[in-house]
Amino acid sequence: MMYNEEFETLPRQALEALQLKRLQATVARVYACVPFYRQAFDRAGVSPDSVKSLADLRRLPFTLKQDMRDSYPYGLFAAPMDDIVRIHASSGTTGKPTVVGYTRKDIETWSELMARSFAAAGVHKGDIIHNSYGYGLFTGGLGAHYGAERLGASVIPMSGGNTKKQIMIMKDFGSTVLTCTPSYSLFMAEAAREEGIDFRSLKLHVGIFGAEPWSEAMRAEIEEKLNICAIDIYGLSEIMGPGVAIECREAKKGLHIWEDHFIPEIIDPETGAALPEGERGELVITTITKEGIPLIRYRTRDITSLTFEPCACGRTHARLSRMTGRSDDMLIIRGVNVFPSQIESILMGIEGVEPHYLLIVDRKENLDTLEVQVEVDERLFSDEVKILQALSHQIEKEIKDLLGVTCKVRLVEPRTIARSEGKAKRVIDNRLLS
Amino acid sequence: MKVEQISIFIENKSGRLAEVTRILGEAGVNIRALSLADTSDFGILRLIVNDREKAKQVLKEQGFTVSKTEVVAVEVPDRPGGLSQILQALDRDGINVEYMYAFVERCGENAVIIFRFDETEKAIATLSTNGFTVLEGERLYAM
Repeated sequence: MMYNEEFETLPRQALEALQLKRLQATVARVYACVPFYRQAFDRAGVSPDSVKSLADLRRLPFTLKQDMRDSYPYGLFAAPMDDIVRIHASSGTTGKPTVVGYTRKDIETWSELMARSFAAAGVHKGDIIHNSYGYGLFTGGLGAHYGAERLGASVIPMSGGNTKKQIMIMKDFGSTVLTCTPSYSLFMAEAAREEGIDFRSLKLHVGIFGAEPWSEAMRAEIEEKLNICAIDIYGLSEIMGPGVAIECREAKKGLHIWEDHFIPEIIDPETGAALPEGERGELVITTITKEGIPLIRYRTRDITSLTFEPCACGRTHARLSRMTGRSDDMLIIRGVNVFPSQIESILMGIEGVEPHYLLIVDRKENLDTLEVQVEVDERLFSDEVKILQALSHQIEKEIKDLLGVTCKVRLVEPRTIARSEGKAKRVIDNRLLS
Repeated sequence: MKVEQISIFIENKSGRLAEVTRILGEAGVNIRALSLADTSDFGILRLIVNDREKAKQVLKEQGFTVSKTEVVAVEVPDRPGGLSQILQALDRDGINVEYMYAFVERCGENAVIIFRFDETEKAIATLSTNGFTVLEGERLYAM
């Protein structure tokens, strides 16, 4: 089902004409209203008149997360405060958060794109959406909430935390849709099992998971343990919040990015050069309808690829492949690039291994070391030492074979790796401290 | 003729063993025999207890990974050469011992050896044929 079939299936030519018109308006607006962009464009020797085709987008300078920090809090706003009706901020792990403002029209757009996203995931009017994304400064909770209401579904504004209560409400209220981080869904299923509740017996039919990178193997695990269809959603507060892109339930092969509102590009994160279709690199997004804080060529740091191939669902909007991590959470271990999601895929390919793992990176005598902690549950456990040691060696060997990095696997007791109710902490990099 | 042993996964860090015994003690579970296999990272604690179900339940509630394993308990005369005769009999029939541990009966003249075999049935047959006393689980739990 589509929420806005006309725009979701707009022929490429018409879509690109619309993009160009909207891009030109956005560029003119930021040049006129945001001193940061005026200076950046002047430095790059470009002006709004330089944008005569979509290809001219590449002539414009990038916007970095650091630029948003430097403009803290409202420096990049393109609308007067009188027109701003909502302010959100990213969960800035280091230093000040990045702040975003929305006009009433921005909220309308966001609600529609989130409603489109729900519909693409197979959510209908009549569904009961259990929204466990955090409500507050984080965009997840309210973003999903407004989209759910726009679609006409019933939304339960759970927010994060208080897992026991979440499970009780999900069961008693008959929730049919779950929205949260993928790791939290497994955390809840595990907690429910301890309460004697089988998630598979609940009424949930779909889960919409985002806000952290995950793998196909984790999808299979979630679908099995929760007996639902698991859909990948993408968004970031700088661009809008959740609902920038989503998988369609028909194909589940790549996330449609709503191109009538965003222009995606893929670049080489080292050189900034544009990469051809299908190649993996850093996602760059330009917003073309936002009023509060339009961003030109924002570097998301998320690593993905882009395809314009037609999709089985009939939508004409380009698709992003599953994010394999962020260009800035990539670990470089003895010169080898390692994404935590790659290790996760390997672990979950091994029978009985739970998706609860922790990577500890350290530097001993100028040599990087990687320790992979894996929880031992009843399916893995044996009363014989040699069987457990063989398991450790198998994991070490597969990581070495596939990623080219030597690691040490440490088997740990269940539930010793901290469970996060929001984003799972997967990496402890002790090298940063020294 | 088989005995149920419970095995517990414990990380090699201080206090874990104390924690297991505290949980069992508070639940009123009595340990009949034990063995600890350890590596640099983890250990496997193997126990024969008077109440397996309760032991398993309370340990699982506290988050430990617990499994049950079938082992064989054999009575051995408490004198030089007692164990050797058993092992020779097993060896003749090509039966492999995965691990074993022993304790001495409280007021008897016998020692009890707990064996973990990969082929449990075959081992029991060999032991019986050779005249060794294989103990019933119930007797051991209540010892």
